Amino acid sequence: MYLADAPAIPVPAGPGTDPGQQAAAHARRRLLPRSLTYTVLVLGTVSFITDVSSEMVTAVLPLYLVTELGLSPLGFGLLDGIYNGVSALVRLVGGHAADRGGRYKAVAAIGYGLSALCKPALLLAHGIASIGMVLAADRTGKGLRTAPRDAMISLAAPAETQARSFGIHRAMDTAGALLGPVIAFYVMRAAVDGFDALFMVSFCIATTGVVVLLLFAPGRAAISRTAISQTATARPARSAPVEDTDRTKNADRTKNASEMTVAADAAAVRTPQEVHISLRVAFGLLRRPEVRRLAVCALLLGLATISDSFVYLIVAHDGGISDGSFPLLPVGTSAGFLLLAVPLGLAADRFGRWRVFLAGHVGLLAAYGILLTRVHGVAPLVIVLFLHGAFYAATDGVLMAAAASAVPAALRSSGLALVQTGQANARFACSLLFGAAWSAWGDQAALGAATVTLAVCVGASAVLRPLRDTGTSSSTAAQPVRDVPA
Amino acid sequence: MRNRARLLVLFLTVLVLGAVSIGWVRYAAAREARKDRQQDGGPPMTSGQVTLAAGASRRLVFRSMLWGPHRDELASVPANDAAGPRTASKVSCLRFYAAAGTGVCLRRLPGTLAEKYQAVVLDVNLHERRHFTVNGIPTRARVSPSGRMVAWTVFVSGDSYGGTQFSTRTSILDTSTWTLVRSLEDYQVIMNGKVHHSVDDNFWGVTFADDDHFYATLGTHAKTYLVRGDVRARTVTTLRENVECPSLSPDGTRLAFKKRVAGASPDAPWREYVLDLRTLRETPLGEHRSVDDQAVWLDDDTLVYALAGDYGADLWTIPADGSGSPARLMTAALAPAVIG
Repeated sequence: MYLADAPAIPVPAGPGTDPGQQAAAHARRRLLPRSLTYTVLVLGTVSFITDVSSEMVTAVLPLYLVTELGLSPLGFGLLDGIYNGVSALVRLVGGHAADRGGRYKAVAAIGYGLSALCKPALLLAHGIASIGMVLAADRTGKGLRTAPRDAMISLAAPAETQARSFGIHRAMDTAGALLGPVIAFYVMRAAVDGFDALFMVSFCIATTGVVVLLLFAPGRAAISRTAISQTATARPARSAPVEDTDRTKNADRTKNASEMTVAADAAAVRTPQEVHISLRVAFGLLRRPEVRRLAVCALLLGLATISDSFVYLIVAHDGGISDGSFPLLPVGTSAGFLLLAVPLGLAADRFGRWRVFLAGHVGLLAAYGILLTRVHGVAPLVIVLFLHGAFYAATDGVLMAAAASAVPAALRSSGLALVQTGQANARFACSLLFGAAWSAWGDQAALGAATVTLAVCVGASAVLRPLRDTGTSSSTAAQPVRDVPA
Repeated sequence: MRNRARLLVLFLTVLVLGAVSIGWVRYAAAREARKDRQQDGGPPMTSGQVTLAAGASRRLVFRSMLWGPHRDELASVPANDAAGPRTASKVSCLRFYAAAGTGVCLRRLPGTLAEKYQAVVLDVNLHERRHFTVNGIPTRARVSPSGRMVAWTVFVSGDSYGGTQFSTRTSILDTSTWTLVRSLEDYQVIMNGKVHHSVDDNFWGVTFADDDHFYATLGTHAKTYLVRGDVRARTVTTLRENVECPSLSPDGTRLAFKKRVAGASPDAPWREYVLDLRTLRETPLGEHRSVDDQAVWLDDDTLVYALAGDYGADLWTIPADGSGSPARLMTAALAPAVIG
């Protein structure tokens, strides 16, 4: 595989790279698509394994609570608001902690590890309160790891292939989510309904994911090395001359890198270890117009994105879907997501991330429109689910790629966490509002209102245009630098 | 660490964790296999004819959870010797109820990629008359006193917006026309004289007064209500708060129900009460443990309900007037129906 690169993830030819090593890396890079960097592959594998593990549990949890523990699960939803608040806070803290000293891998490992430990802990929890605490801990783990992991992906991927790198990661992630329930079914069959066996298998799978992360994900040093070269390549005009002349020792890289750019945002060019990253600095990101506009747009669009379950309810209600086929609807969305994540990532890199992100919302708008026309039949149903999957493929990883280009490397994790949190909270708020609207006006009127809101938000975001777009046109300049043979 | 060492560590990890996984699955399978052997100390159980026809003697038909070859089959015992020998029917159900020769059996079927659940309407000899696919985990089942109307409730997960929330779906079936109301949420809800509609409306625990009228629980906005339903008008009307899983007495004058009581632990929040429909007076029963079941009236003075036991669940009885203390009726049993 790509293991030879393990200690030094494909470092784009930075200052001071050993010529022989660089040539080898160059040759290797030709064999695989550029976006399939070692780090993306490793983190994609970790996410794949982790999603298999967690979706296994999700698939059987209702059955376990009702048949094994004899709980009435109706009380569970009450805590959701609190969980969401905690989850948002943890996400910000995780993102921030990872930036301090460049501890992306460590914070991500804690997050993955915490979620892994929750699987056997489920066997010890027997009441609604304790089960609720285990589920909250599981979410805490997820909240902790997301931003550092996405920061690692964005720091490892070359600037011009950010979106497709996220696409590959999200595709692997979704594949795991699709596979989990199937594995759960066969484990339950082999263990004759032994929930303890299922939770332990899930734990073992999750632990394997953590071990893969610890063994193969790039550590602090490797990340800061790539981060610097990324900063360098992102500003080709200034860095190119340095590139050709300077052949200093490793120790001097950092210094050189920081001297290369004289940008106003000093944090952007220094390595994570160098900059004192305080919460104030992290939130100071919002003073940067690009980040602020991006966060506002993500928030606006999040506010108009009704949650999946509502989409499925409307699809099932209008499309005359039988109760038996209902669980298949999310599979349709996931399949669309899985198939389109990489192609739309490629499109985002080529035509601009913000454009594709916005186009994804236009697709969602189209899906709402189809639902509003109340057409019955299989074809509109398939189109709606496909558009819904395409929406995720065009927005989930792409937003991270877009945000990454607006946030300096030293604050990458904090910045991504900030954008993610804004979006997640906006979506949750939208769910609550949509639920209220549904109750008050009925599903069609509520959907109509959501459609209008989404159209307005898409329009507003198109006008705001947070990023001077990041299509190939602006980033190709970086390419020659990378490919310069020594 | 060198790459070779990393790969070795990964290999060993997968080896160890794989062994733990396979070992645990095999242990669980072996443990389950033991449950197919006859249980020591339990009442004897033999195959035989189980019927829902009213006969000379009163009987209880229920899901027997005794370990052995007849585990989870419907079984029958004389009402005056409930702890005695059981007759097993070869019909397996998760939940069951019966009245006037009509039975309803909620069962699980193995599917290719996922579990499937069915609601099966049974005739007097427990033969299937018709079955319906249900999308969720069975929890409650009831038949109207005439045997014509059937209702069931399942837990559904995955259609809530918060994430970990579950919802219930309650269906009502008219066996004379085979008309199925898939979800009571299609009925109009009248709360305090006004039409009420909310996405988080959930219904569970139907109990029939006659073929047109029933009581049930409506959960909405984190509160539960006793509702009275009208099949012909397709309406439900809220009557009072904090009433779950109602069960109407044979004489139609009282409702047994579980109620959330203040100060109880969140893991055991309910106590069993009886509501007199004429005086609207609530009487707490002599059972001080949390009851999470839809109780069944053994007769006009006695209730039977399930509590967790060593073999799944045990059935207990308690006087309906608030006096006395609980007594164990039988071990390893669930979902009883009184026949005859």
